[in-house]
Amino acid sequence: MDIFLQQTVNALALGGTYALLALGLAVVFSIMGLINFAHGELMTIAGYVLMYCGIAGVSFVVAVPLALMASVIAAVLMERIAFRPVRNGSGATMLVTSFAVAMILQVLFQNLISTRSQPVLLPAMLSDSVHIAGMVIGVNKLAAIVATIVMLVFLDWFMKHQKTGIAMRAAAEDFAVARLMGIRANTVIAGAFALSGLLAGVAAVLWVSQRASVDPLMGFMPVLKAFIAAILGGLGSLRGAVAGGFLLGFIEIYLSAFLPPEMQEFREPIGLGIVVLVLLFRPNGLIPSATLKAEKV
Amino acid sequence: MQPLLSAHDLHVSYGAVKAVRGVNFEIRQGEIVAFLGANGAGKSSIMNAITGLVPTSSGQVTFEGRDITGAAPETLAPSGLTLSPEGRRVFGTLSVADNLRMGAFALNDKAALETAYKRVYDLFPILQERKDQYAGTLSGGQQQMLAVGRALMSNPRVLLLDEPSLGLAPLIVDQIFDLILKLRDQGVTLLVVEQNVAKTLQVADRAYVLVNGAVVEQGKPAELTASGTMQDAYLGAN
Ligand SMILES: Nc1ncnc2c1ncn2[C@@H]1O[C@H](COP(=O)(O)OP(=O)(O)O)[C@@H](O)[C@H]1O
Ligand SMILES: [Mg+2]
Repeated sequence: MDIFLQQTVNALALGGTYALLALGLAVVFSIMGLINFAHGELMTIAGYVLMYCGIAGVSFVVAVPLALMASVIAAVLMERIAFRPVRNGSGATMLVTSFAVAMILQVLFQNLISTRSQPVLLPAMLSDSVHIAGMVIGVNKLAAIVATIVMLVFLDWFMKHQKTGIAMRAAAEDFAVARLMGIRANTVIAGAFALSGLLAGVAAVLWVSQRASVDPLMGFMPVLKAFIAAILGGLGSLRGAVAGGFLLGFIEIYLSAFLPPEMQEFREPIGLGIVVLVLLFRPNGLIPSATLKAEKV
Repeated sequence: MQPLLSAHDLHVSYGAVKAVRGVNFEIRQGEIVAFLGANGAGKSSIMNAITGLVPTSSGQVTFEGRDITGAAPETLAPSGLTLSPEGRRVFGTLSVADNLRMGAFALNDKAALETAYKRVYDLFPILQERKDQYAGTLSGGQQQMLAVGRALMSNPRVLLLDEPSLGLAPLIVDQIFDLILKLRDQGVTLLVVEQNVAKTLQVADRAYVLVNGAVVEQGKPAELTASGTMQDAYLGAN
């Protein structure tokens, strides 16, 4: 039982990170129909900011906001430079553009920083653990869970009660009519990217906190997972992205904890198999997007 | 007097489909003007081209003396021109109040916003009762009221209404026509597209009759009913 609870905490921490990343993808997708595979590079940028701050002796409480700021600015620039020119292109055009952006950034990281993984100096406190109800829980895991909750509450408030957030939901439902109301296309799209950058930045801090290192390809795997989570939850649906992220986190952690050792090799394919199975029963995902489904019919 | 809204040689195409072929019209301050014509005549295309929902292939649209052809749609509502589009197109996943809030997107002044809400709630008390409900859960008639109310939130000087009574119960259709008159009394200039020709001709000051994307006749309701063109316009295209 203890080990089960312990793994549940791990699953919440990992699932929360996936949820934040999937949300970042979903916010942009719901408005533009773009799956931004360069989302991972936003994470990497935030990771490098943490690394340089560590080297420069900047304290972690300052480094984190700097890292978040960097990924928000990078996301907004990405939209302005790379995606705005292809905004009216097809989904495929935008998708290929996002791959190009991701690869260009990866090459830049490799050439300007290092091809190898670099250590990131973290506060010692993060590697401590606390005893709660007979469990030993890493401070970094606990921090990840708390940060995820804070972000989800913030996002919910923003999308429900802030004018820009409401406008983003309106634009996700009917972009043309949203513009007719006077909602500026550039504002909601730039807003969506800024939000996705913030989510990628928070996810990066959580990701790096578990690993204490950063490398040029760091963002690739988590964003691939987030993409799977977004589909699992229902592409374009924000609630779906959260549900999918957590479910994927649970699947991965439980498999790695409870699958017999001789089957551990097949952990990833088994995990994906479960995802496919869920999608067989719920083809539009766990919580499908109300508006996208209507469009497809 | 200079027209408030006018179009010169307006063309709209969807690929090879020529939906609007060289339409001219002028709408003066305080008028109720109707566009009449069978399904597919190009009425919605004209309204959507005016408001930038679809691109104009050629020609010119002028609003208050300014050329607004090809203007970004988001610039029009703040400048006093808006559309309640065909098929309502309310934001179903937003609450009624948030739909209205979006209608006044450019408005930041709290007092002005309250005035705008009050005007809409006075016209449609049911919307106030349902203000926290998702728009998608409203009945068709209520959604239509919301679509019109949302357009009114920007306090337009010119309001385009595309089939506001489509699919509504007769009682509610009467309410919509009452509303058109009421809005005119409030100083709004209206351009109306309606399938209910008889009722439209009762409220309109002037009408344009469209066949296959072109204006075949225009004039006061009495003149139009007297000439036979109207019947031909509806029968001809069917
Ligand atoms: N989005 C579109 N794509 C292609 N053809 C369209 C589109 N919208 C309208 N049309 C065509 O343009 C013509 C005019 O349509 P429309 O402006 O909707 O007429 P109305 O509002 O008078 O019924 C019709 O032949 C219609 O089939
Ligand atoms: Mg129409």
